[in-house]
Amino acid sequence: MEKENLEALDRNFQDKIDREIRIEPKDYMPDAYRKTLIRQISQHAHSEIVGQLPEANWVTRAPNLRRKAVLLAKIQDEAGHGLYLYSAVETLGADREDTIDDLNEGRAKYSSIFNYPTLSWADMGMVGWLVDGAAIMNQVPLCRCSYGPYARAMVRVCKEESFHQRQGFEIVTQLANGTPEQKEMAQESLNRWWWPALMMFGPNDADSTHTAQSMAWKIKRNTNDELRQMFVDATVPQADLIGLKIPDKDLKFNEETGHYDFGEIDWDEFWQVVKGYGHCNNERVTARKKAKEDGAWVREAANVYAEKRAQRNKKVS
Amino acid sequence: MSKKEWPLWEVFIRSKQGLSHKHAGSLRAADAEMAVNNARDVYTRRSEGISIWVVESVNVVASDPSEAGPMFEPANSKAYRHPTFYEVPEGIKHM
Repeated sequence: MEKENLEALDRNFQDKIDREIRIEPKDYMPDAYRKTLIRQISQHAHSEIVGQLPEANWVTRAPNLRRKAVLLAKIQDEAGHGLYLYSAVETLGADREDTIDDLNEGRAKYSSIFNYPTLSWADMGMVGWLVDGAAIMNQVPLCRCSYGPYARAMVRVCKEESFHQRQGFEIVTQLANGTPEQKEMAQESLNRWWWPALMMFGPNDADSTHTAQSMAWKIKRNTNDELRQMFVDATVPQADLIGLKIPDKDLKFNEETGHYDFGEIDWDEFWQVVKGYGHCNNERVTARKKAKEDGAWVREAANVYAEKRAQRNKKVS
Repeated sequence: MSKKEWPLWEVFIRSKQGLSHKHAGSLRAADAEMAVNNARDVYTRRSEGISIWVVESVNVVASDPSEAGPMFEPANSKAYRHPTFYEVPEGIKHM
């Protein structure tokens, strides 16, 4: 009887998904769906938070006040995105601080792109143009994700990301139109970021373990390879227009398919970085851990202050 | 050192005069005043609001989604509450 009930609930759940009815926090959902979402949304939140670090590297060295103000606004947005997403994770019954500790103790993953270092100012442009550009490709379909709170957070995030991408492209464009040295700096940066940006979409469809189930649940709407192709098709003409060269000798427009063909991704590098052997894996997690430890007294003080204020208000009334 | 976590708050934003407050999301803060300040930074960085309400999440009382059928059934069976239930003779205006 118990088992039959569960099967009926599962059937009803999938039927709702198939009819494009969103799932809300208190609705029935299979454990596996809940677990998948907790994993995906918390990893997404971690990516936003860790994503602040490569950019923070350039705040004090931004070339002028306008660039600095923009960079700070962008970093603040990333923090905000992390907060929307941690809230979404909490609606699934996960403990916010536990998920953060998972990151700090190295149990949780985040987007591998943030394990690459930001070596020049041009990297600030490249991160906005390519990394946020790829993130937008991933996130726009997530606005229609079957889980309501995640989809709503994504609507907010996508609105803000388009500013990120444009400001990045503005930086790259100005460098590409600048002195030969500036153009060279932009090209060198593109050479380093192009392939890691393509890796952001994850393994090829044939090797992606979660894709099929996530698509059946409508958490995901497009496969990794579809999204990657959309990104390449959108980005190559942008590079052409500002006179930068995509570092891929196999890149060629295919008249038959109407898409760009591109070279093979170095999957060994991808898995190395995923497994923790990238340039900055250690540095990023250490920085997050230190931030939590160093901020402990602030959280504590806020609690004490709140208690004091509550008592004072009680006396007055 | 206490490990007490900040409580969870639901945030409601009025986007402009004449509209009601609408649920925007949630956040953690030590007390109500800090929750309002945090809500400003988290949910209104681009002029999304002119007024903020925060309510501690534990104080929200909600209907049970699994009971939504019987809960809202009374409305379903009363089509006569809608104007389209009634036939208006041809030629009648302003109704």
